[in-house]
Amino acid sequence: MGELTEKIREKKREWEKECLEPWLSKCEREVKNFETLSGIEISNVYDPFDIEHLDFLRDIGYPGEFPFTRGVYPTMYRGRLWTMRLFSGFGTAEDTNRRWKMLLEEGETGLSTAFDFPTLMGLDSDDPLADGEVGKCGVAIDTLKDFEILFDGIPLNKVSTSFTINPPAGIILAMYTAIGDMQKVPRDKVRGTIQNDMFKEFHAQNTIVLPPEPSLKIIVDIFEWGIKNVPKFNLISISGYHIREAGSTAVQELAFTIADGMAYVEAAMERGIDIDKLAPQLSFFFNAHNDFFEEIAKFRASRRMWAKIMKDYGAKDPRSWWMKFHVQTAGCSLTAQQPLNNIVRVTIQALAAVLGGCQSLHTNSFDEAWALPSEEAVRVALRTQQLIAYESGVANVVDPLGGSYYVEWLTDKIERLAWKYIERIREMGNGSMVKGVLKGIENGFFVREISDSAARYQREIEEGSRIIVGVNKFRIEEDLKIPLLKVDPEVQRRQIERLRRVKKERDNKVLKENLEWIRSCCENNENVMPAVFEAVKSYASVGEIMGTFKQVYGTYRKPIII
Amino acid sequence: MNVEEIVEGVTKGNRKLLAKAISYVENEHPNSKEILRRLYPRTGNAHVVGITGFPGVGKSTIVSKLTEEFRRRGKSVGIVAVDPSSPFTGGALLGDRLRLEGADVSKNLWLDEKVFFRSMGSRGRLGGIAKKTGDVVKLLDSAKYEIILVETVGAGQSEVGVLEVADTVVVILMPETGDDIQVNKAGILEIGDIFVINKADLGGAENVERWIKYMLSLDEETVMELSKLSHAEESRLMERLRWKKPVLKTIADRGVGIKELANEIEKHYEVLKKNGVLQKKRNERAKISAIEIAIEEIRAEIVRRYKSLLDGEIDPYTVADKIVKEVLRC
Amino acid sequence: MKIRVLVAKVGLDGHDRGAKVLARFLRDAGFEVIYTGLHRTPQEVARAAVDEDVDVVGVSLLSGAHIPLVPRIIQYIREYGGNPDEMLIVVGGTIPHDDFPKLRDAGVDGIFIPGTPISEIIKFIKEKLPEKKKGGK
Repeated sequence: MGELTEKIREKKREWEKECLEPWLSKCEREVKNFETLSGIEISNVYDPFDIEHLDFLRDIGYPGEFPFTRGVYPTMYRGRLWTMRLFSGFGTAEDTNRRWKMLLEEGETGLSTAFDFPTLMGLDSDDPLADGEVGKCGVAIDTLKDFEILFDGIPLNKVSTSFTINPPAGIILAMYTAIGDMQKVPRDKVRGTIQNDMFKEFHAQNTIVLPPEPSLKIIVDIFEWGIKNVPKFNLISISGYHIREAGSTAVQELAFTIADGMAYVEAAMERGIDIDKLAPQLSFFFNAHNDFFEEIAKFRASRRMWAKIMKDYGAKDPRSWWMKFHVQTAGCSLTAQQPLNNIVRVTIQALAAVLGGCQSLHTNSFDEAWALPSEEAVRVALRTQQLIAYESGVANVVDPLGGSYYVEWLTDKIERLAWKYIERIREMGNGSMVKGVLKGIENGFFVREISDSAARYQREIEEGSRIIVGVNKFRIEEDLKIPLLKVDPEVQRRQIERLRRVKKERDNKVLKENLEWIRSCCENNENVMPAVFEAVKSYASVGEIMGTFKQVYGTYRKPIII
Repeated sequence: MNVEEIVEGVTKGNRKLLAKAISYVENEHPNSKEILRRLYPRTGNAHVVGITGFPGVGKSTIVSKLTEEFRRRGKSVGIVAVDPSSPFTGGALLGDRLRLEGADVSKNLWLDEKVFFRSMGSRGRLGGIAKKTGDVVKLLDSAKYEIILVETVGAGQSEVGVLEVADTVVVILMPETGDDIQVNKAGILEIGDIFVINKADLGGAENVERWIKYMLSLDEETVMELSKLSHAEESRLMERLRWKKPVLKTIADRGVGIKELANEIEKHYEVLKKNGVLQKKRNERAKISAIEIAIEEIRAEIVRRYKSLLDGEIDPYTVADKIVKEVLRC
Repeated sequence: MKIRVLVAKVGLDGHDRGAKVLARFLRDAGFEVIYTGLHRTPQEVARAAVDEDVDVVGVSLLSGAHIPLVPRIIQYIREYGGNPDEMLIVVGGTIPHDDFPKLRDAGVDGIFIPGTPISEIIKFIKEKLPEKKKGGK
């Protein structure tokens, strides 16, 4: 080994001097400092010396084994392809139900729900603040009635559904569980995911209703209830996606997501929840941005980090060390200009997600810088995944980039940079991640870090040092009239009518008792979920339940740092 | 828009014209001095409260909560919030308004007819306020806003400018407010009439409280000594002898301590009004402001008149002598 | 004279990356920028525009609710005594082409789609504002 190393080293010196040097002066590109999208400086070429410090068994190893750098399952996509899950929803429950059935017929393998803004913020469709937004950006849900329509003809034991929802996550979980019961699906066959990650809302996405502490309390309530009642359901999707969309770097996305994850696990353990019971019901959600190798390295690093963290927390079951994650291609990378280019962007990003070993994937549609996707655009997005899965051959080998000098070096580099952030957050909380994250929310640490990165990125675009094809280079005069999805403006009226009808027909006495029960749980610091479940079944609206929370806990506006 | 129209609009409570008048003043529109002159007799009824403190202590939140509290007490509230302008580009991010409570509270301060909020860039002036903050306060005063809150830049520098506009100065601190020396240097002990330790739920609030009280007691002794000397500034001393500077604790996010703060602010005003201290203070301020306006006009005139001289090759001292001689003669 | 710009987020959508980056860059270009923060109602935005006597109102939306929210802002500016004809009103975000004429009819001067370099927005303001001011008087 020693002899070989010396030989390589000698060869390298010779190559640098005689081969490389004469070429360097001939470089035509204007770029002088090559770096990743996140600003990590990178070399011309990588070789064994760059990964000398890595140990194959300790740091890379085999898929399905600690530290899972190469994948959580030993067979990965040979055993089962990733779930092709397209985020979709608009208008009323009927509209969305139709779109879902079309997607399932076209070969989609899981559902993913986009809610409208009023639902996301826990407001009913007839709230004055909801005016003009009902059904616009997703499906409007007020009561269980809407869910019954949404899942009409969709068997919960066959399809899993993901719900991108946060402050009202518990309400939605209760509705879904109720639908499962109506369909007589055994509870351990009810699969799906609620996002339920409030920390990243405070950092980036801003769907905020309650203050941080009670938000965390309710999340842990959902953990407790979910472990007992829906054991196969992902009770949280710890998300970096939105942090990245808000402008962070890949390293920040990874570090803040993992820090949040640690805080949730610590909060659950403080409540007395068994970590090995909780772990299988945790999931993650990352962004796939433009820098191909950086994204792959990020996914690989994230798995390795989480495995170490969970082991350190005392999780015994190897399954508890798995980081399972969903990926969405970067919405913020889509351009309104030359929209067809987005198909190519999404393809590259999706490929990175697959090479990074994701469990499920959403591919954006090419028209989404303009509006919610049209049917044709969604179909192309789904076909992109199918092409990668069935035509490209990349799914045939597990972690095909494992061992690449560059990818291994970058995986390690990103991991190191992420740990630095995590240590800083832990220090802010004097050793507690819960306190550290809460502190960082309160003093604006996360927001400031993300805003600064966003401004840096924009500056690069303005200066032209970062090229966005079709935006600041290769521009054309174009007719941008592409066929877009239109949401029926009648949706709001119809939705409000339905809500009124439900409110009239339900047993309002039972409802009142249930809302009182929720209030008393909040006031006495008891788990709110049993009461929420009953309230949902008595057709309490999302706004009524959130309203009860608000009355007890108050609302919250986060410090805004520009 | 002519002077008449604006003056009448401001006195009748027309928000749009008040907003325009403020812009005229800020931009030193040719009509602005006449507007101010005409409105001046209508001023003097508002209680002007300066809110100052280091960055991040929660000034804007306190301003919002105080506004709510004074509205509850039936008073109309004008707010002038100053943020720093870049010395290089002149640009400024005026981000204080967003702290004002909006949509999801029952009393929406954004839409309250009796609340007027105006953001200002400091536009090159130091000392925590903008050059025209005093005049903007006058406009709000003449528009019959009863309480006027002036939120300073809060850059951690000496914010003595607030003394030029405010009757009562509230200094906001928080636990972890840098080190003691920094606070001393900023001169906040001298400028404050009321001290607030915000975010009092954070650890260390008691330490800051103890320390401020100690520093204030030393300061008080000095004042007592000074009062024996005949040449000390009279109105300031009178004020100090009748007012023991309180130190309060608040958790502004949750509204804790805000009522007490509003009480102290009102109490301070009563003390000032008694014995004519307030009037004396304001007279002094008017004097200073007259001199400043005069100096400014003379400066502009000099620049106009001696443009060629200034471009010349004579040394600046000789030029200055020449100018002073000529100006003083006329 | 300083150009004062109100950067506003209206409605329930919480995507503030664009608005915040825009606010920063406008400041660096020498404007006085007033940022409203998130989740404002059309009334609140209009009130701020009038009281702050801004020259430009920039509204950012990614929720698809630009109609009816943006026309409502303009309507309330008028109601509060302001003159939207003297202000430059620009909108940025995910705005489908079909809605451009509706926004223009309501009084919107400029519409900026995702990916527009900020330098273009600045150029637009500097060119169009003097015309608009003249037209208003």
